[in-house]
Amino acid sequence: MDFTTGDLKNLFVAMAARMTAERDKLCALDGVIGDADHGIAMEQGTKAAADAAQAADGTLQDVFNAAAKGFLNAVGASSGPLYATALLRAGKAAGPRASMPRDELRAAIAAMREGIAQRGKAEPGQKTMLDAWAPAADAASAGETADAIAAAARQGAEATRDMVAALGRAARLGERSLGHPDPGAVSAAMLIEEICSAMRGPAS
Amino acid sequence: MSLTQKLINDGNAAVDEMLAGIMAAHPDHLWRPDHAPRAAVAKNGPRPGKVAIVVGGGSGHEPTFLGYVGKGLADACAVGNVFASPPPQPAVDAALAANGGAGVLFLYGNYAGDVMNFDMASELLEMEGVEVRTVLTTDDIASAPRDQREKRRGVAGNVFIFKAAGAAADLMMPIDEVERVARHANDRTFTMGVALSSCSLPQTRRPSFDLPMGEMEIGMGIHGEPGVRRGPLRTANEVVDEIMDAILAEMNAPAGDRVAVLVNSLGSTPLMELYIMNARVAERLRSAGLTVHRTLVGPYCTSLEMAGASITVMHLDDELQRLLDHPCDCAMFRQG
Repeated sequence: MDFTTGDLKNLFVAMAARMTAERDKLCALDGVIGDADHGIAMEQGTKAAADAAQAADGTLQDVFNAAAKGFLNAVGASSGPLYATALLRAGKAAGPRASMPRDELRAAIAAMREGIAQRGKAEPGQKTMLDAWAPAADAASAGETADAIAAAARQGAEATRDMVAALGRAARLGERSLGHPDPGAVSAAMLIEEICSAMRGPAS
Repeated sequence: MSLTQKLINDGNAAVDEMLAGIMAAHPDHLWRPDHAPRAAVAKNGPRPGKVAIVVGGGSGHEPTFLGYVGKGLADACAVGNVFASPPPQPAVDAALAANGGAGVLFLYGNYAGDVMNFDMASELLEMEGVEVRTVLTTDDIASAPRDQREKRRGVAGNVFIFKAAGAAADLMMPIDEVERVARHANDRTFTMGVALSSCSLPQTRRPSFDLPMGEMEIGMGIHGEPGVRRGPLRTANEVVDEIMDAILAEMNAPAGDRVAVLVNSLGSTPLMELYIMNARVAERLRSAGLTVHRTLVGPYCTSLEMAGASITVMHLDDELQRLLDHPCDCAMFRQG
């Protein structure tokens, strides 16, 4: 069964529900190496994206674009421009279609990685959300299964424990950021898990 | 863990409810464009031919940033969520409302999120034909080594840097000059702080970080970002000495020069403690042969209810002194 605009709207609702559920955990992670607000930004951003997507008419690209704008205007912060750019790129990858094969969510994941890397001027290994997005996108581009893509994202997030932050607020910590996972990578892995669930299609 | 006690209604509405209160209190100083509830603009100040100074950042630092919007200082402000950069749109709205046709200077603290959002705002404004310059404040000397000044955060020194740039714009200097003044002011402003207890976000009402009783963190950021060193709480004079040693070493001012001083509360530290600190600050500056031209003491750039303080020293020259002395009339800061 193809991935429709209705499925995309449901995906944004699922992302928002996940971020609401994980909000306090993400804030606590951020409190160790940042300013303790990451869970709040992600909850507000994904909820605004879900609301904007719900209200949007048109193609997959239109829904992605509406979600991008909703996310950006609700939060600002770092995650706003990064996820807004990611969603705009995903929309471009999906294109002006009413639906697409579920397999093509892999291209959306790859496009989101590109958008985040470009907007954040980041590279993998700097202890940022890109450390979850990059391995997931690599797995997606290699045609791996949804399970493998989600696992790559989780492992990438986990690996940030052993990285010294080079970008973003935690960068000022230097060596003191060692031993703690990057909250942006942890929330990214959660969002990627939701995309991978959508890739598997509705449970039969 | 029990929740922190706050006089709020709804954590998610805290910023908008605060803005409603500020607008009710300061109708002579501030207004908001109808379509832009997160942009605040000076009633007096913006005018044709004048460079517009647009500041902004996350909420929770009051009176930074909103309080410094007014004639002679900032022309407009973009207001973000608590400790989070505003998105591009309020910055665009603020800039358009304050634009006098002579260019816009975005002037704000150096944080990754703020840079991305204000840069997106700059792109949007340039598409509308508005010239935008950006100067990032980087006065927090604890946040990166001296040779990486461009990586440092902007903190309480914003007050002096905004003041100098705002005065330059009010004196109708062209955009090149206003930008130069802002960079020059930033280069000569040095801040370092100490935190004694955590703040908590209105949305979570949980301490943002764990700082045990009896300990302090030197160099902590104004969002609770970890500092350079944690250790047992010491006396005011010892803490001031550690901070002033670092500032004086960086500033490297010859005896006979003049400075401006800001002893700033991070939120809940009372004036009594700030003045105790300032006594030592004054002593240290005197023994370094420096003359204090102006001292500000109080809550100028806070971190919600965090306990602690920061010390800012601006190394003056004739130009900066004149610009600091220039009158201004803002909602929460007046001079002359």
